[in-house]
Amino acid sequence: MILQIANLHAKVGDKEILRGVNLELPLGQVHAIMGPNGSGKSTLAQVLAGREEYTVNGQVLFDGKDLLSLSAEERAFMGLFLAFQYPVELPGVGNLYFLRTALNSVRKHRGLDELDAVDFLAYAQKRMDLVEMDRSLMSRSVNEGFSGGEKKRNEILQLAILEPKLAILDETDSGLDIDALRAVAKAVNALRSPDRTLLLITHYQRLLDYIVPDQVHVMTEGRIVRTGGKDLALELEQHGYLADAKDHTLPVGGHR
Amino acid sequence: MSTDIREFTEREYKYGFSTDLDTDIVPRGLSEDVIRLISGKKKEPAWLLDWRLEAYRKWTQKKEPRWQNVHYEPIDYQDISYYAAPKPKKSLASLDEVDPEVRAMFDKLGISLAEQERLSGVTVAVDAVVDSVSVATTFKKRLAEVGVIFCSFSEAVQNHSDLVQQYLGSVVSNQDNFFAALNAAVFTDGSFCYIPKGVQCPMELSTYFRINAADTGQFERTLIIAEEGASVSYLEGCTAPMRDKNQLHAAVVELVALKDAYIKYSTVQNWYPGDAQGQGGIYNFVTKRGLCAGSNSKISWTQVETGSAITWKYPGVILQGDGSVGEFYSVALTANYQQADTGSKMIHIGKNTTSSILSKTVSAGHGQSTYRGLVQVHDTAIGARNHTQCDSLLMGKDSGASTFPYVEVKHPSAKVEHEASTSKIGEDQLFYCRQRGIPEEDATAMIVNGFCREVFKELPMEFAVEAQRLLSVSLEGSIG
Repeated sequence: MILQIANLHAKVGDKEILRGVNLELPLGQVHAIMGPNGSGKSTLAQVLAGREEYTVNGQVLFDGKDLLSLSAEERAFMGLFLAFQYPVELPGVGNLYFLRTALNSVRKHRGLDELDAVDFLAYAQKRMDLVEMDRSLMSRSVNEGFSGGEKKRNEILQLAILEPKLAILDETDSGLDIDALRAVAKAVNALRSPDRTLLLITHYQRLLDYIVPDQVHVMTEGRIVRTGGKDLALELEQHGYLADAKDHTLPVGGHR
Repeated sequence: MSTDIREFTEREYKYGFSTDLDTDIVPRGLSEDVIRLISGKKKEPAWLLDWRLEAYRKWTQKKEPRWQNVHYEPIDYQDISYYAAPKPKKSLASLDEVDPEVRAMFDKLGISLAEQERLSGVTVAVDAVVDSVSVATTFKKRLAEVGVIFCSFSEAVQNHSDLVQQYLGSVVSNQDNFFAALNAAVFTDGSFCYIPKGVQCPMELSTYFRINAADTGQFERTLIIAEEGASVSYLEGCTAPMRDKNQLHAAVVELVALKDAYIKYSTVQNWYPGDAQGQGGIYNFVTKRGLCAGSNSKISWTQVETGSAITWKYPGVILQGDGSVGEFYSVALTANYQQADTGSKMIHIGKNTTSSILSKTVSAGHGQSTYRGLVQVHDTAIGARNHTQCDSLLMGKDSGASTFPYVEVKHPSAKVEHEASTSKIGEDQLFYCRQRGIPEEDATAMIVNGFCREVFKELPMEFAVEAQRLLSVSLEGSIG
């Protein structure tokens, strides 16, 4: 197991958003978490990535280590990656420079040599080809003036460059037209590997037409309430989340 | 992780050492006698002594300005020594005879007084000024071959007296303002640079200023003249030892660009900023002005101000020649208890003159940054254009930024634009970087450097790299 979440709770102020999440992700698989707005999917992603504004309880083991005691950057060093729902703009910071700094920082903490500008460029170009990203975006500032699709593609490029063990993709499909969605999905599929787990967070089943998951989990009101194979997504598409929450009283991880 | 941060926060001002040099210091205090003594030591012509005395008399009638948005205890001008010079062993016949102690000091600062090309292939001639005097100037011979004069101010007074007399005070008069008048009365050295007609100066010229002695002021004067069609790029760098008492640095820089001439003047100012509690540091009260005397001439100021307890300067351009261009690019960073009140003055007199001002201020800790600028369009300046942009970046809740743009337009055809913005480094930006494995300190430096990039790209390559590094170092420990 690359990730084991047991009874995870998270609050902002007095508001409890995660109410006892249980989830296990084996290495090399693709899992999806689906659920309605406000069910806590994005909060789960943020909490796992180390966002500090939440009060967190419970246990999370990442690659056998206690994840919750680590800072955001330490989690990144260990190989946890979050593709943001809303990628942040960094005016004046060159995309290529940003990526090289990130990669070298991670490499340094893993005891690897840092890559110089020339070696990095050669490596980055290969990864850009893999995710079919327009090279002109590399000379621009990070996400500044990027279209919605370009921003999401840039997240996937970062994933490709940092080669994490666990990548959480938070609504990577939102705001994409069908062509952009196909392109992003193709890039993500190219990054599937026995050494990497992908966790897709999405509202819609359509992403899963292109990135076929090993398992689908349903999240409502801060808990994983159901787990099934890829067909579960289709069922949800037909019946909706609410019907699901009422009809199925045997949640996978509902105990408190 | 925590050890990293401790290392960062405990890292100190790298240039804060002092060197034990045998120094000739004039007793503290200022009077006409002291000025005569300084002038005598420098074997100056009578006209220059008279010019100094006139400045001194005007100075005694002037009041120290108080309108700037900075706060400091009154300065006791009788408690400063106005002349300090490392004693030369003998007069120098060549660079090889520079006092080894002085050479070692500059080596430690990373400034080579040897005439070697740098690895990057860029050649830089250096004039090294310690306390009140110039101790060495490199590449003089090679520059002389193309007619460029680059020497200490004192040397110029001796060897090029006519040029000095013609241009000294022509841009900043000896009674321009309180600190400029003080400088005119007691200035001791600085750099002089003359580029003859049609010559593109073959290398970067630079002056490296070092305050070493305690309880002294540094009052240097720089004069750069670019004749018709000439061009030059000039760099200035500054450091000082860490001392718990404030030291005054009141310099004057005058630039003169004749027809079609171009002067690019870059500063990376890293005077000792004081400690984390605001104790000590340099008061950097400087008057810098360029005169675009001829048509289609251009003067460009670029400054990166990271040091000094207080920075107070407004590099400006008088756009007299028709079609002349003035530019000002500035990054001013205040951390801990530093204060900066800086900006530019663009005075449009000639027709179709253009100026642009780009100011970036970064305030961290208890730092206070103020942009203050004046754009003046005279009734003769038909078709004048100015664009001003002031951006402020705040870090932490105790820092502050203010903007005071003054605009005076006396011709209806003028186009004057002003843009200003204030932003904070966002939690979202920091989290994004940290999620990618970039620790908070590095992420902050990266975001600040990104904010300043438009200014850094105006600096010569080597300086741009230095400036970025300096900014990162200055910000260390100021987060949270």
